[in-house]
Amino acid sequence: MAPESPDRAHAVAFTLNGEAVRAHVPARMHLGDLLRESFGLTGVHLGCEHGVCGACTILVDGRAVRACLMLGVQADGATVETVEGLTESGRIRDLQDAFHTRNALQCGYCTPGMLVTATELLNDADAATSREEIRAAIAGNYCRCTGYHAIVDAIAATAEARRDGPKNSRREAAE
Amino acid sequence: MSADLSGLTFLDRPNSYIGRSVPRPNARRLLEGRGVYVDDVAVARLGHVAFLRSPHAHARIVALDTADAKAMPGVIAVVTGPELAAVCTPWVGVLGHFKGLRSAPQHALALDRVTWVGEPFCAVVARSRAEAEDALAAIMVEFDPLPAVVDMETALESATPPIHPELGDNLAFERVLDVGDVDAAFRDAAVVVEETFQFGRHTGVCLEPRAILADWAAADGMLTVHHSFQAPHMMQDILCKHLALSEGAVRVICKDVGGSFGIKVHIYPDEMATCALALMLKRPVKFVADRLESFQSDIHARDHRVTARMAFSAEGDILALDMDDLTGIGPYSVYPRTSAVEANQVVNLTGGPYRHQHYRARARVVLQNKAPTCQYRAVGHPIATMVAEGLIDLGAARLGLDPFAVRVRNVIPDDAYPCAGVSGIKLEKLSHQAALAKLRAMMDYDGLREEQALLRQRGIHRGIGLAAFIEITNPSAAFYGVGGARISAQDGCTIRLDPQGGVVAAVSVTEQGQGTEGIIAQIVATATGVPMDQVRVISGDTQTTPYGGGTWASRGAGIGGEAAWQAGKALRGNVLAVAGAILQADPGSLDIRDGAVVDAATGTERMPLSELGRIVYFRPDTLPPGVQPEFVATRHYVPKDYPFAFTNGVQASYVEVDTETGFVRLLKHWCVEDCGTVLNPLLVDEQIRGGIVQGIGGALFEHCLYDAEGQLLNGSMADYLVPMAGEMPDIDVAHVVSATASSEIGAKGAGEAGTAGAPAAVVNAINDALAPLGARVSRQPVTPDVVLEALGLI
Ligand code: FES
Ligand code: FES
Repeated sequence: MAPESPDRAHAVAFTLNGEAVRAHVPARMHLGDLLRESFGLTGVHLGCEHGVCGACTILVDGRAVRACLMLGVQADGATVETVEGLTESGRIRDLQDAFHTRNALQCGYCTPGMLVTATELLNDADAATSREEIRAAIAGNYCRCTGYHAIVDAIAATAEARRDGPKNSRREAAE
Repeated sequence: MSADLSGLTFLDRPNSYIGRSVPRPNARRLLEGRGVYVDDVAVARLGHVAFLRSPHAHARIVALDTADAKAMPGVIAVVTGPELAAVCTPWVGVLGHFKGLRSAPQHALALDRVTWVGEPFCAVVARSRAEAEDALAAIMVEFDPLPAVVDMETALESATPPIHPELGDNLAFERVLDVGDVDAAFRDAAVVVEETFQFGRHTGVCLEPRAILADWAAADGMLTVHHSFQAPHMMQDILCKHLALSEGAVRVICKDVGGSFGIKVHIYPDEMATCALALMLKRPVKFVADRLESFQSDIHARDHRVTARMAFSAEGDILALDMDDLTGIGPYSVYPRTSAVEANQVVNLTGGPYRHQHYRARARVVLQNKAPTCQYRAVGHPIATMVAEGLIDLGAARLGLDPFAVRVRNVIPDDAYPCAGVSGIKLEKLSHQAALAKLRAMMDYDGLREEQALLRQRGIHRGIGLAAFIEITNPSAAFYGVGGARISAQDGCTIRLDPQGGVVAAVSVTEQGQGTEGIIAQIVATATGVPMDQVRVISGDTQTTPYGGGTWASRGAGIGGEAAWQAGKALRGNVLAVAGAILQADPGSLDIRDGAVVDAATGTERMPLSELGRIVYFRPDTLPPGVQPEFVATRHYVPKDYPFAFTNGVQASYVEVDTETGFVRLLKHWCVEDCGTVLNPLLVDEQIRGGIVQGIGGALFEHCLYDAEGQLLNGSMADYLVPMAGEMPDIDVAHVVSATASSEIGAKGAGEAGTAGAPAAVVNAINDALAPLGARVSRQPVTPDVVLEALGLI
C-alpha cells in the first residue's frame, strides 16, 4: 500500500479578513502558503519560512503570529487578518499614512509584517511607546532596506497621534 | 525679447519638485500589501523547480540516477547538467580590462564535478514546489569527494591543488600599483603604524529571496521572464546569448523587487537553468530561492585579509600607504561582472580622501571551494575605508594627536579640485573639509569627548570613531563596457503627454525600493510643468522602456535622472511649439506650470494642457497648417567627462563596550555626505541610513562561517545574524552639496555611502573605547568573542 501522501487535504473553516471561508489544506502546508496560494493574499510575504524574519506576520485572534510557523490546518476556527484586511477595514490608515509620509519603507517586502506588528503594539492601550520600546517591539521584524530609524519614527508618530486624538476629542466634548 | 526658458535650471523652475521631501507615489500599494513581486505573479500551467545542490565543497559526481524521482507524484521533468547543457551554453566570468583575470567555464547545472556546497547539479520541475522537493529526495547520487581549497591563505601554496587544473594554480587575478617612492617615504617617516585587518565573508540577505519565472510561449517565439533583478536589459542580452535567442524573443520584466543591494545583478546558474527549463518544457517554470539555499547560492562578498602600513611625519602628515590585500572569491569568477572588481576597488579607493603622494598596493584574488563572491553594496569601499581610517587612528594615537585633527590636516582641501587621487582616480569636486566641519558641529565632538572622559572615570567605556570615505557613483562605460561586457552605461527616458494633460515616463533605470520611480516623477514633473500626481513612471521592462543599464553602482538618480530631465525639457519644448502656433504666441514667451500653458512673464493661464491634448489628439484638423505635434520625447544620457562621479562623506559612531561580556552597544551614528544635488532628502537620507545599518551588520554580526572541509555552518537566519531594530542606533544624516557639472541636474549617487563608512566608524569607536585597556580589535565581525579575546579574557 502506498504511504499516505503528505498532500492529503484536511477541511478547515475560519474567518479571514472578516469573511467566513473554507478550504482544503494539505497537512504539511503552512498558513502563509495557504493564504497566498488559496486566497491570493500575496501581502503575506515569505522571507525565511523558519520564523525569524517576521515578513509573514499576520493577526490570528488579534495576536501577531508568524504565518510560516503555523500550519494551515491550525487556522480552523480562528479569526485571521492580513495586511489586505487591515487595509480594507481602514483601521491602520493612520499608520500607513505615517509610514508613507516618513518613507518608512523602501522595497516594501518587510512592510506588511511591520505594519501588523505595529498594529498589535498600538492596539495595546497600556503599551509604552518610547523609541526604545518601539525598537524592542519590532525587533523580530527584519528590514534590510531602511535602517529602522524611519519605521520607529512612523510608529512613534502614530502612537502619539492616537494618544492625543481621543484626549483632544474628550476635552472638546467636555467643553 | 522673450525669456529663454530652455536655459532654466531646475532650481529656477516654478513649482519645482527637486529637493523636496515628496513621498514616493508607488509606496502606497506596497503599504497595502499590493506589491507584485515575482512570486506573486500568477501564470497558468506553472511548473515549480527545485535544485539538487552539492553537499560537498568539492567532489566528482560518479553516478546520478533520476529514474525514481521521475516517477514521483506531480513531477514534470528531472534534468541533469549534461541534459541542460544541450540548451544553455556555459560562460566564463572574465573581462578584458582586468588583465590576466582567469576563470573556468561554468554551467547552469554542474556537469560532472561540484565545486562548492550549494552548487546546483540537477533540477526537478513539478506541479508544486513541495512535490519538486519530494522528488529531489528520490534522486540517487554518488560522489567521489576531492580535496577542497578552503583557506585563502594557503590557496596559492604549491601543495594546494588547483581547483581548475587547466589554470595551473588558484590565482585568478593580481594587481599591483606603485606610485611615488614608497620605500623612501617609510624610511623618512617619524612614525610608521601597521595592522592586519580581517573582513568576514558575508552576504546580502535581501528579504525577498532571488526569484525568477520564465515563460516560453513557443507559438509566439517569446520568452517572458519575470525576474527579481536590477538590470533587465543585461539579463535579456545574456539570455539571448546562452539560449540562442534573438533580442526580440526575450522580454525581461522586473516589477517589484524586494531588495537587491548588488545581490540581484549577477548571473546565477539556477536562474539560467530555470529559463532553459522553460524552453525545454515549453511551459512556464518558476524558481524562488528558499532562505537556506539563498545562504548557499546568493553571491557572498568581502572575505579580505589586508596587511597595511602607513607612514606619518612628526606633525601628523600622512606620507605614504603600503598595503597587501588577499581575497577569496569561490571557485568561479562570477559572470558577467567578474569577481575581480572588489579587490580592484580596494586598490583604487584606499586612502582616497587624503593628500599623500606615495602609495603601493597589491591585491591578489584567489579561487577557493566556497560560494562565489561578487559585487555587493559598496563594493570594496568598506575595506578601503577601514584600512585607511584604522591606520590613521593608530598613527594619531602614536603621535598623541586628536584623530579628528589628523583627518582635517590630511584631507585633500576643498579648493584643490579638480585633481587626481594618488591611485590615479579623477576627482571632479569633493568636500572633505566642509563635511568634517559639519560633522564636528552636528555630533558636538568636543562635548562628546568630555562626556567620554567623565564616564571613563566611572568605569564606563565609551568610544568615538570616525571614518572619512570616497564613493564611486555614476559609472560610465569605464566600469564594464570597456572590458567587453554588454552592460549598458547609458540610460534613457521616454515621456508621452496624454490627452488629459498627464504624462507617462518610461525609464531604463530600475526600482528596488530606493525611490527611483519617485525621483523620476519629481524630475519629469519639474521639467514638463505637469503636476506630480499626473506623472506615471514605468520601469523594469525591456519591452516598454528605453535601453539601459538598470540600477547598480549608484547610477539611478545621476544617470537615469538626467535622461529624464533632458526628455522632459524636450517634451516641454515640443508642447510649447504647438501651443505657440495655436495661441499665435512666441513659444519662448510661454511656459507650462501646474498643468497649464501660461504666459512665462506673468504666469497668466493661456490654455490647460487638457485642452491642448484634446485638440492635438481628437481635432488635429483644427491645427494651423504645417503643425505636426510630437508629444513624445526621448533622451539618453551617459556621463562623458569623468569615468565616475566620486562623492565623499564622513561618518561617526558613538559606542559603549561592556568589557565583561564583550557586547557593543551602539549609542548614536552620524553621517555627512555629499551626493551633489539632493533630489529628495527624505529618500536619500533613508537610503543612507539603510546603508549604514547594512555596514554595521558586516562590522558586528554578519559572517558566513565555513569549517575546514568547506561546509557552510550557519546558513539560516537563526544562525546568521543580521541587524535588527533593537540593536540599531538612531542615525543623523546631513549633506554638503557639490553638484557635478557633468549633468544639468548635478546629482551623484548615494547608495553606497552608508555601507562604505559605517564599519570603519564603528570599529574605530570600539578601539577608542578599548584603548585605555590596551586592547584592540581588527577582525570583522567584531563579535563579543573578538572583544573578549582582545581583552585577554578568553
Ligand atoms: S517568513 Fe515567517 S518569519 Fe520569516
Ligand atoms: S523595506 Fe525592504 S526589507 Fe524593509
